[in-house]
Amino acid sequence: MSAVELSGATLAFGARTVLGNVNLTIRDSEFIGVLGPNGSGKTTLMRAILGLIRPRTGAIRVLGKPVGRGNPLVGYMPQTRGALDNVRLRGWDFVASAANGHRWGLPLLRAAARRDVAWALDMVNATDLARRPLAETSGGERQRLLLAQALLGRPRLLLLDEPLISLDPHHQRTIVDLTRTLQKELGIAVLFSAHEINPLLGALDRVLYLGGGHVALGTVSEVINGPVLSRIYGSEIDVIRVSGRIFVMSGGYDVERDAHQHDHGDHNAHL
Amino acid sequence: MAITMLTYDFMQNAFAAAGIVAVLCGSVGFFLVLRAQTFAGHALSHVGFAGATGSILLGLSPFWGLIALTLAAGIGMGLLGRRLHQRDVAIGIVLAMSLGLGLLFLHFFTTYATQATALLFGNILGIDTATVWILLLLGVAAIAALAAIARPLLFASLQPELAEAKGVSLRLISVLFLTIVALAVAECAQIVGVLLVFALMVGPAAAAQILSTRFWFAIALSIALALFEAWLGLVLAFYTDWPTSFWITALSGCIYMVAVLPGSLSGLARRPRDSALAG
Repeated sequence: MSAVELSGATLAFGARTVLGNVNLTIRDSEFIGVLGPNGSGKTTLMRAILGLIRPRTGAIRVLGKPVGRGNPLVGYMPQTRGALDNVRLRGWDFVASAANGHRWGLPLLRAAARRDVAWALDMVNATDLARRPLAETSGGERQRLLLAQALLGRPRLLLLDEPLISLDPHHQRTIVDLTRTLQKELGIAVLFSAHEINPLLGALDRVLYLGGGHVALGTVSEVINGPVLSRIYGSEIDVIRVSGRIFVMSGGYDVERDAHQHDHGDHNAHL
Repeated sequence: MAITMLTYDFMQNAFAAAGIVAVLCGSVGFFLVLRAQTFAGHALSHVGFAGATGSILLGLSPFWGLIALTLAAGIGMGLLGRRLHQRDVAIGIVLAMSLGLGLLFLHFFTTYATQATALLFGNILGIDTATVWILLLLGVAAIAALAAIARPLLFASLQPELAEAKGVSLRLISVLFLTIVALAVAECAQIVGVLLVFALMVGPAAAAQILSTRFWFAIALSIALALFEAWLGLVLAFYTDWPTSFWITALSGCIYMVAVLPGSLSGLARRPRDSALAG
């Protein structure tokens, strides 16, 4: 069974076509790095897999079934963009708010739901951390709590939207390693979007590169090369490898790094 | 002494009304603060002022005019949903317009100067038994509605995008919640007046969220603080003959400042660990 299957899918955001006529298959228990410049459709693709955006054409299948909103087998970690900076609730209550959070009534948790929260926190080593108020956690700690929240309900597919954003290299490493460990241990598929390929090298199985309405899916060497990326960026791209790191250059500058630095102004783009 | 105070009918009514409204404001206010929609709540009460004065002009009860217009505005705000988020200017302009409109309605009824003061700053000592019953019925309805939506409301307030992905309708939750807020605002305005709704709706809830990090404890504390402020305000007003609304706002402000103080002091000394990287 494949985790995600797009056949002839066109995703549009308002009047703009973000991805046109895309065919791709993501296998069960694959770690996929989702890359591409701002506005290339990384978030749009995830929202389509969540059933929040209907494809204009074609079809999407998730875990062998037609895509639908509220699939409990799909875990999701959205970008929070600083919205949680002032939340004084402790991490435990924050994570637990997502346990059956769609049901009406009071937010009381049954024993089974409490065990699920404890399990998810334990999986990301956040049990102690969950006693602190959310507002007092660091960026890396908060990402671990969000990851725990995404694990509630034991999903078969995890969609992580830019979990490395505004983290320093050390914390980026921690989150990537943690996700890889979880993905292997639970045998699930992970879509992990990022601006830069380097933090994901060594952890990912395949790369999904988005840009200019196109996608390329394959191993790092199949996708991260001059001809493929030139087609995606629509301009001449050089891929330079230096001591195990990859730099995607257009003319004189590093396009991935440049995109990352400009990200802070991009909070409303929602793509 | 407390016995003498309670021998007066108007004091009994005042205590009952303040108690009902405090429980409602403490619980609704908790979510209002959590969702960072306090300004919207503030604006709703001002819209209510236009409704109240408008119905005086039409010869109707100001209470029902206030409720009708806050409800309409609450539903409207809820439908606009996230498009209204961070639109402080638009909300502020509607707020000012509503107050101005209310002033115009009052202008045609110059004899109602006392009515204006009561609407703006509250008149809890003037509440009759019939009004207490109305407050109780509407209050119970609002709390029951809040209890019915509390779980998806909490989820949608903390993680809107995840909640949406899990099947929560953000717009429906937003409309239902702001309808409940409108009811709470209308009730609260009976106690402290439309201008001072913030004191009971936001003050206790904001202090509680600073003092406790657990959901149930924080919401209970928010209700307890609102009750404490409302009732102690009444007692102080009875013995000093100063306005009740003054005492309630003073208590609300003091408690909030006491809650904030330790955090702000240590915040000056120490920044969160990697806040510089948290963007």
